[in-house]
Amino acid sequence: MVFPILSVIVFTPLVASVLILLMPAERKTEVRMLALAAAIFALLLSIWVYFNYDQAAAGYQFVEKYQWLPVLGISLHLGVDGLTAPLVLLTGVVMVTGVMISWNLDDRPREFFAFLFILASGVFGVFVSLDLFMLFFFYEIAVFPMYLLISIWGWVKTREYAAMKLTLYLFIGSVVALVGALAMYFASGLQTFDMLALQNANFPPQFQHLWFPFVFLGFAVLGGIFPFHNWSPDGHVAAPTAVSMFHAGVLMKLGAFAALRVGIMLLPEGAKYWAGWIMGLALVNVVYGAFIAMVQTDFKYVIGFSSVSHMGLVMLGFSTLTKEGLTGAGVQMFSHGIMTALFFAVVGMVYDRAHTREIPKLGGMSKYLTWPTIGFIIGGLVSMGMPGFSGFVAEFPIFMGIWQVRPWVAILAAISIVITASYIMLVIRRVFFGQVPEEFEGHIGPINALDKVAIGFLSVLMIGLGMFPALMVPMVQTGVENVLRLLGGA
Amino acid sequence: MATYTPTMILAILPEILLLALGILILILEPFWKEEKRRNLGWLTAGGLLASIFISIFIGRPGDPQMVFGGMLRYDWLGFFFKMLFMFGAAATALFLMDMERVGRRGEVYLLLIAATLGMNLMASAADLIMLYLAIETTSIPLYVLAGFMLTDDRSTEAGFKYLLFGAMTSAVMLYGFSLLYGFTGTTSIYDLAAMFAAGQHSMILAIGTIMLILVGLGFKVSLVPFHFWAPDVYEGAPTPVAGFLSTASKAAGFAVLMRLFVVAFPEFYISWASILAVLAVITMTVGNLLALTQKNIKRMLAYSSIAHAGYAMIGVVAVSKLGVTSVVFYLLAYILTNLAAFGIVMAFGRVAGSDEISAYAGLSRRAPGLALAMLVAFLSLAGMPPFGGFVAKVFVFAAAVQSQMVWLAVVGILNSIIGLYYYLTVLKVVYLYRSEDEDKPVPITRPYGIALVILSVGILLVGTLFAPWFSLSGAAALNLF
Repeated sequence: MVFPILSVIVFTPLVASVLILLMPAERKTEVRMLALAAAIFALLLSIWVYFNYDQAAAGYQFVEKYQWLPVLGISLHLGVDGLTAPLVLLTGVVMVTGVMISWNLDDRPREFFAFLFILASGVFGVFVSLDLFMLFFFYEIAVFPMYLLISIWGWVKTREYAAMKLTLYLFIGSVVALVGALAMYFASGLQTFDMLALQNANFPPQFQHLWFPFVFLGFAVLGGIFPFHNWSPDGHVAAPTAVSMFHAGVLMKLGAFAALRVGIMLLPEGAKYWAGWIMGLALVNVVYGAFIAMVQTDFKYVIGFSSVSHMGLVMLGFSTLTKEGLTGAGVQMFSHGIMTALFFAVVGMVYDRAHTREIPKLGGMSKYLTWPTIGFIIGGLVSMGMPGFSGFVAEFPIFMGIWQVRPWVAILAAISIVITASYIMLVIRRVFFGQVPEEFEGHIGPINALDKVAIGFLSVLMIGLGMFPALMVPMVQTGVENVLRLLGGA
Repeated sequence: MATYTPTMILAILPEILLLALGILILILEPFWKEEKRRNLGWLTAGGLLASIFISIFIGRPGDPQMVFGGMLRYDWLGFFFKMLFMFGAAATALFLMDMERVGRRGEVYLLLIAATLGMNLMASAADLIMLYLAIETTSIPLYVLAGFMLTDDRSTEAGFKYLLFGAMTSAVMLYGFSLLYGFTGTTSIYDLAAMFAAGQHSMILAIGTIMLILVGLGFKVSLVPFHFWAPDVYEGAPTPVAGFLSTASKAAGFAVLMRLFVVAFPEFYISWASILAVLAVITMTVGNLLALTQKNIKRMLAYSSIAHAGYAMIGVVAVSKLGVTSVVFYLLAYILTNLAAFGIVMAFGRVAGSDEISAYAGLSRRAPGLALAMLVAFLSLAGMPPFGGFVAKVFVFAAAVQSQMVWLAVVGILNSIIGLYYYLTVLKVVYLYRSEDEDKPVPITRPYGIALVILSVGILLVGTLFAPWFSLSGAAALNLF
C-alpha cells in the first residue's frame, strides 16, 4: 500500500475545517495558527506531488481507487496528470497565501477559515477526480461556501446581491452540466462514472454534438465565458480578499478545467464540431473584457474584468484543439491563478488602508506600500505577457495555436494585449505613483510580515516560471498529449 | 385462514413492540408526577430505538411473503419504511419533550406511537381493506396531535383543517377502493394486476378510479392540488408534530403509492405515470414559487416540503428499479433533513417565541452550533454536497434520464435553483444579519442536542458514505419488480 497522497491532500482542508469548527470561537489566534498549519501541510504535499510526477511516464499518476457505490459504478478514483499537477500546486499556493492575507480578519475567523477550507477541499477534489460523479460532488462542494464567504465577510454594499448572483449562476451551470453527465452515463451503457472508461465510450457523433454545448458551457460558466461572465466581476469585487484570491485564482480554473476534462475529453467529436463557436465566444471574452477593464474606475473591478479577459485566453487555447494552444492554456491557468491572486491581495491591502477603491481618489501608494507596489508591477508585467514572466510563457503558445487555426482571430485577440498594457500601466501610475491625496497623509499603515511573505512568494513563482519555463511546460505537454490522443483517436 | 407460523409474528414484530411500548406508557403515565412526565419522552424515544434494534436483529425479512391471509406482505420495502417511521417518531418524541403544554402530557407520546403503528401497517399492507384501516389508524392520532394545544386557536384550527381535508380525501379514496373491488372482485393488491390483465375493462373507468385513489394519497404526500392544508396545518400544529407530518407521514404516503401503483396498475402505467409526471411538475413549481415569499419559517418549510414531494415523485414516474430505489433513498435523506430543520425551528422557537424568519437574525452569533446545524439541514434541503440531499437529488434525476425523461430532470433542476435561492435567503439571515438580541444565548436542552447531533451526522453519512443506504433502498425497490 503506497501512501494515499492525493486523498490526504483532498481531505486535509476538510479535516482542518472540522477541527477549526470544534475550537471555541474566542480562540482566534489558535484558529489562525491551525488554518495556516493545515494550509502549509497541503501545500507541501502538493509540491511533493508536483516534483515527483514522472514526466517520462506521463499519464495518470498517484492513482487511488476505492469503490464507492459499485452498483452504479461510482468510485473514488483519484489521479493527477501533467495538466492537473500544476493546478493542485496552484491551489496549495493560493490556500497558504490566502490564509496569510486574512490573518487580521476579526469577525468570526473560525467560521471564515472553516468555510474557506471546505471550498479548498472541493477544489482539490475536482482537480484530482477521475470519476465523473465525484467530480460533480466536489464541484458543488466548491461552490456553496462561496455564498457564505461573500455574503458574510464581503463588501457591505454589494455582497448580498453579488453572492446570490454568483451562486445561482454557478449552480445553474453545474446542474445543466450534470444532466449532460447523466446522459453520458446512460448512453455509454458501461454502467460506470469512471472518466477513464467513459473517454473510450465512443459516443455517436449526434449525441456528442447535442450534449457538448450543455456540458462545456455548464462548466465554462465558472470559467467566466461570455455571455455568462456577468457574475464574476461582481463576485470578485464583493468578496473579501482571500476569497477573491481563491475565486479568481483557483475557482475560475476549476470551471475551465472541468469544461476541458468533461466537455472536450469525453465528447471530442462535439468539441471539434463546436470549436469555432467556442473560439468566437472566447474571443469576445478576451477583447471585450479588456476594454471593459480599461473604463472601470473601481480598482477591484479592473482586476475583475481583467480576469474575464485572461480566462478568455484559456478558453481560446482550448478551442484551438492544437498542442500549442492547449499547452498555453494549461500554463495560463497556473500563471493567471498566481497573478490574479497577487493582484487581489494587493487590492485588498490598499483598500484596507485607504478605505476606497476609486482609482481617481487614490495615488502615491508606493510611498507607503513598497512591497505591494513591487508585487503589483510584477503582476502587471505578467498580465501584459512580458518575456521573462510567466504570462509570456503561457500566452505565446496560445497565440501560436490560434494562428494555426484562424490567423485573423489571433490578430484580433492580440489587440487585448495592447489594451491590457494600457490599463495596467494606467492603474500603476494612478494608484501607486503621483501625488498622495491629502486625506491619506499619515493614515496608511504598513503591511505585516505575513503579507510580505505572501507577496514575495507569489512574485517569485511568476518570475521563476518566466525564467525557467521548463519547470512546467513539458509537464503540461504530457497532459496535453493525452487530450490530443482522445481528439485524434475519436 | 392460514395456519399460524412464526414468520407471522416476525412480520409484525415492530408493531407488537410499538403496541407494548404504548401500553407501557399508558400504564406509567398516571403514576408519574407532572414534573416527571417529561421523562416519558426519553422512554418513548429509547423504546422506539430499542424496537428498531430488536427488529433489525431478529425481524429482518427474507424472501417476500404474504402473511395473515394476504393482509400484509413481509418484505424489505415495508421493513425499510417501518424503520424509517420509527426513527422519525423517536426524533419527534425528543423534540416534543421540552415543548410547553405538550411535552408533559402522556397522551402525546401515546398518540405518536399509535400513528407510527398505523404507518408501519400502511407500509406493509397488501390488501385494500388493511390499507384503508392502516391509513385511518395513522390519520386519526395525527388529527388529534395537530390540534393538541387546545388553548391555542391556530393549533385547534390546524387540527380541524387537517381532519376535514383528511376525512374528505379519505372518503374519496375509499370510494375508489370500492370501485376497484367492483371491477375486479378482489381486494388483494397483488391480485388486482392479474384481474385487470384478464378481464375487459374500460380504460376510462380504470383511470378514473386510479384518480380517485390518487386524491387520498395525494393528500398524504401533499401533492398539488391536494396541498392546501399543509401550510396552515404546519404553521398551527405543534412544531415537532408538523415535522412528523412532513416526514414520516409523507413517506408513508409514498410507500403506499409506490406499492399500489407499481404492483396493481402495471396495465395502465403509461397513463398514471403521465398524470403523476404532470402533477410532479406542478407540485415542484407551485411549492417552490410559494415558498419564495414566505415570512414564517414553518410556512416556508411547508411549501418546501410540498416541493420535495414533487422531486420524489420524479423517481416514481420513472417506473423503474432505479426510480423506486431513488425514491426510497430520497425519502431517507429527506426525513433526516426535514426532521432536523423542524427540530431547529422548535429549539429556536421555544426560546425566541417566534417563527418569523426575521427573528433568526444574528443566530450564528447567538448560537453558533445551532446555526451550523441549520446550515447542514438547509443546504441538504437545497441539494448541496456533502449532505444527503445532493446524492438523493442526483439519483432521482438519474432515474428520470434513464427512463428517457430528460425534460422532467430539467424541470427538477430548474426548481432546485429556485429552492437554493430561498434556502440561502434564510441562511443569509442566520449568518449575516445583526439583531439586538445577539448577546442573549439560545439554551439548547439535552433532547434537542442529542437529536440534532444524530440527525446532522446522519445527513452527512447519507451524503458521503451513500453505498450501504443505496443498497438497502435497492433491496426495498427490488420487491416491487
